[in-house]
Amino acid sequence: MGTEKLHEYVEALKSENEKWVSEVVDALGEVTVITPRESISEVCAYLRDKQGFDMLADLCGCDRGPEEDPRFEVNYHLFSTEHFNRLRIKVELSEDDPKVESVVALWKTANWHERETYDLLGIIFENHPDLRRILLPSDFDGHALRKDYPLRGYEPYSLT
Amino acid sequence: MDVALETDVPEVMDESLDSQMTISMGPQHPSTHGVLRLELVLDGETVVRTIPDIGYLHTGMEKLFEYKKYQQGIVITDRMDYLNPLGNNLAYVMAAEKLLQVEIPERGQVIRVLMCELQRIASHMVWLGTHALDIGAMSVFFFCFRQREKILNLIESASGGRMTPSYFRIGGLMMDLPAGFEARCKQFLADFPAGMDMFETLVSGNTIFQSRTKEVGYISKEEAIQWGLTGPCLRGSGVELDLRIHNPYTGYETYDFDIPVEEGGDVWARFRVRMRELYESAKIVTQALERLKPGPYKADAPKVVLPDRDDMRKHMDSLIHHFLIVAEGFNVPEGEVYHAIEASKGELGVYMKSNGGPKPERVHFRGPSFVNLSALPDMVEGELIADVVAVIGSLDIVLGEIDR
Repeated sequence: MGTEKLHEYVEALKSENEKWVSEVVDALGEVTVITPRESISEVCAYLRDKQGFDMLADLCGCDRGPEEDPRFEVNYHLFSTEHFNRLRIKVELSEDDPKVESVVALWKTANWHERETYDLLGIIFENHPDLRRILLPSDFDGHALRKDYPLRGYEPYSLT
Repeated sequence: MDVALETDVPEVMDESLDSQMTISMGPQHPSTHGVLRLELVLDGETVVRTIPDIGYLHTGMEKLFEYKKYQQGIVITDRMDYLNPLGNNLAYVMAAEKLLQVEIPERGQVIRVLMCELQRIASHMVWLGTHALDIGAMSVFFFCFRQREKILNLIESASGGRMTPSYFRIGGLMMDLPAGFEARCKQFLADFPAGMDMFETLVSGNTIFQSRTKEVGYISKEEAIQWGLTGPCLRGSGVELDLRIHNPYTGYETYDFDIPVEEGGDVWARFRVRMRELYESAKIVTQALERLKPGPYKADAPKVVLPDRDDMRKHMDSLIHHFLIVAEGFNVPEGEVYHAIEASKGELGVYMKSNGGPKPERVHFRGPSFVNLSALPDMVEGELIADVVAVIGSLDIVLGEIDR
């Protein structure tokens, strides 16, 4: 399966606003667009309304490790129920300021995905209506999916 | 009789009785299909607000993947959606194969399709049984589990595990199908329509079931897409989307089957979609059985796929490869993929990132149950509390996958 069709969407994105696309990666039949974090809402809104990517299939964060800079990334996997293509939008975040605009206003499904990413990686989604922990208990200390968080935790966790 | 009306007595009215009530449903409630807790704000029996509370089954599987070699991760996936373990295996294994760029031979592909569709039937059987049980039809549960048992026996004969098969491996299968599998599978398919007829009579034709499910838990097409619903929940709202056809994998595009779509958007529509899907799955299994031809079931990639036992006794290099795969694992080229399959509950996506070593840097599972459950508050608000149970049943959630 070629990725020519996907590059058309990227070209459209570029011609709409050149600042939106900082890098394009084409690998393994998938196209990733790296976007500056300020424009994530605009990019998603454009792709949803103008290019038919009406579904946010998945949103997940990733920790590259404490020695990397930018340390975190957030991946938005867009999907279309019209032309069935997938596109990955990636935002890179530094360790000191892991904040990105929430896309809940565009897709309600982002609500839980963003809560999960906040819970496990500590990435803060600004303007999220209800940014609480979702999988771990509310009094849990730290963010378990970060690379510097030990696999077995710091001490045995007790519910009492 | 002259009775004076005592109009000056103030009406006894407790303010607290008039206001809304918050109750906690679960985590031990039998109809929440596991350990889901719902905080329901009720006005009488009407649901005003629902706040799902999840995480009771969280075991940090995504963290665990980062500490295990690629081939060890397959075992973890079994424990996510424990009603559809082969689907989880497939999504994980295919993501790794995409990174490694390994091609699976024809027989391996056909067996994967065959087993996945059998697993889909088994998963839907549990859904049907528990959904009917929640609504009050008890006997269906036993008949469903009888059908499911036959499939679990088939899976056990092939993989050795009933609930945790780990049958699909990176680059192929654990082993070939055992002798006599085809005959037993054909026997199951021959008995299956009679079982389905019984379910149609017991459940679909049941007036009580129909009145409990029709026009309950409605979600529109636009809202369903907004909430990211997939699988039967989305098709129940009139969106024709099936990844087996629209993003085909393992050769699904070459099979002849229909996508059941219902326009209703309510619990009944989702029920009908799953019931019709059962027939389609049986159709695919029949076609896959016809296509089973002798041949290799594993890819020819000695650095990734474990060699046959027999080869290890005869060839030095096979022994070396076996030792290296088991002791050190295999390095996966740097890159990231998102692979989505149509699991029994919807789109099961695996995001896998590798930085070149034998262990993944990040594995993320986009579970269909997780996303479908997040839409629950929208569906039940304004409904009666008894309907909450029906709506949860229609979403077909598995908490093992939601909490991971």
